[in-house]
Amino acid sequence: MSLHVELVAADRLVWSGEADRVIARTAEGDIGVLTGHAPLLGLLVEGVVDVQTTDGETWVAAVDSGFLSVANDRVSILSETAEMAHDIDLSKARQDLERAHEAGEGDDEARTEVRRLEARVRAAERSS
Amino acid sequence: MAVSLREYRARIKSTESMKKITRAMELIAASRIIKAQQRAQAAAPYARELTRAVSAVATFSHVDHPLTTESEDPKRAAVLVVTSDRGLAGAYSSSVLKEYERLASKLREEGKEIETYVSGRKAEAYLRFRNRSVVQAWTGHSDQPHYEVAREIGQALIDAFLLDDDETGEREVDGGTVSFAGVDEVHVVFTRFRSMLTQEPTTVRLLPLEVVEGEDKPSREELLPLYEFEPSPSEVLDGLLPRYVQSRIFFALLQAAASELAARQKAMKSATDNADELIKKYTRIANQARQAGITQEISEIVGGVNALADATAGSE
Repeated sequence: MSLHVELVAADRLVWSGEADRVIARTAEGDIGVLTGHAPLLGLLVEGVVDVQTTDGETWVAAVDSGFLSVANDRVSILSETAEMAHDIDLSKARQDLERAHEAGEGDDEARTEVRRLEARVRAAERSS
Repeated sequence: MAVSLREYRARIKSTESMKKITRAMELIAASRIIKAQQRAQAAAPYARELTRAVSAVATFSHVDHPLTTESEDPKRAAVLVVTSDRGLAGAYSSSVLKEYERLASKLREEGKEIETYVSGRKAEAYLRFRNRSVVQAWTGHSDQPHYEVAREIGQALIDAFLLDDDETGEREVDGGTVSFAGVDEVHVVFTRFRSMLTQEPTTVRLLPLEVVEGEDKPSREELLPLYEFEPSPSEVLDGLLPRYVQSRIFFALLQAAASELAARQKAMKSATDNADELIKKYTRIANQARQAGITQEISEIVGGVNALADATAGSE
């Protein structure tokens, strides 16, 4: 038995396939999903999604806030923007993050933006 | 005669260059339609999963949410009109605007004031020309909408909906502030893409939300599992519903984009056909004029010769 995982962004399907394990960050903390997990609907925060596929490979993706739904060994991860780590240019992501840090974290929007960029850097670092 | 011949030739020439333009636009629209349809298809999984999640929450928790609560005495309604940025698409924009006028007069009959939000330059121009107020307009994306735009529009409409009737809010946008009044309902007028040949203007009530409507509602047989919610049903709903609204708007924008391109292709095709016909007609007239010119010249020459011959005969 394996999990059927779909990583969906607002404008496209980013990845779908079979996996053994999914780790994502919800509003309450990191959550790991294995086969046979109870049905769950969770709010995701900006962070990294980590999926171990059935062929033993691991890939990571950066997501911004979205949802995780688990039911009958189907996992859907919905996020307005989702990027596979290997599509992210690490040095560029670092620059973006630095720029955002310099701009300051005045309001909620800026803080969310910084967290999103941090997630991108983390994801890219882990895949490289 | 010779003058009009030149005129006809000029007309043929200009019609020919117009034909080239309309033909090019037809081809461009045709190639973009395929892309637009692919985009609509690519956005479908997100909408489907969201709808599933929303109906799951709605089924298993009876949480009241401001976005689903009907107002008892609706006084003001917001209408979002989705048209194109550019013309040359036949009756595309005007049929959306006709639908909008129909909806507006219906809402007015029900005693509601109307706040208009606009996507696409055509509707903005239409309303501003008639001195009707537009709360906010988004332009410049009508044939390739991005999710960002849908999110912005969604946020603006949700903000207005969450305000009370008698309150007004203000929002900073580039180039000034926008003030908007609280509304009790939100409607969207857009064009649904049925096929390459039919696109119909449609009105959808967006807010208050009626959950388990929409394009891809899960089939009845498919039992929804008993979900756990993290952190809590109401917080999940808080996160879900605005996104659901945004994804519905994105859906409307994508449909409108595909419809616009289909309408443009059709309009440009008939324009090209018309140009062909005009060229044929003008060529015939020009040929006739040329022939008439030649005939006249000959008869003038013959007349001249005869006159000369008569004159010489008379002098002898």
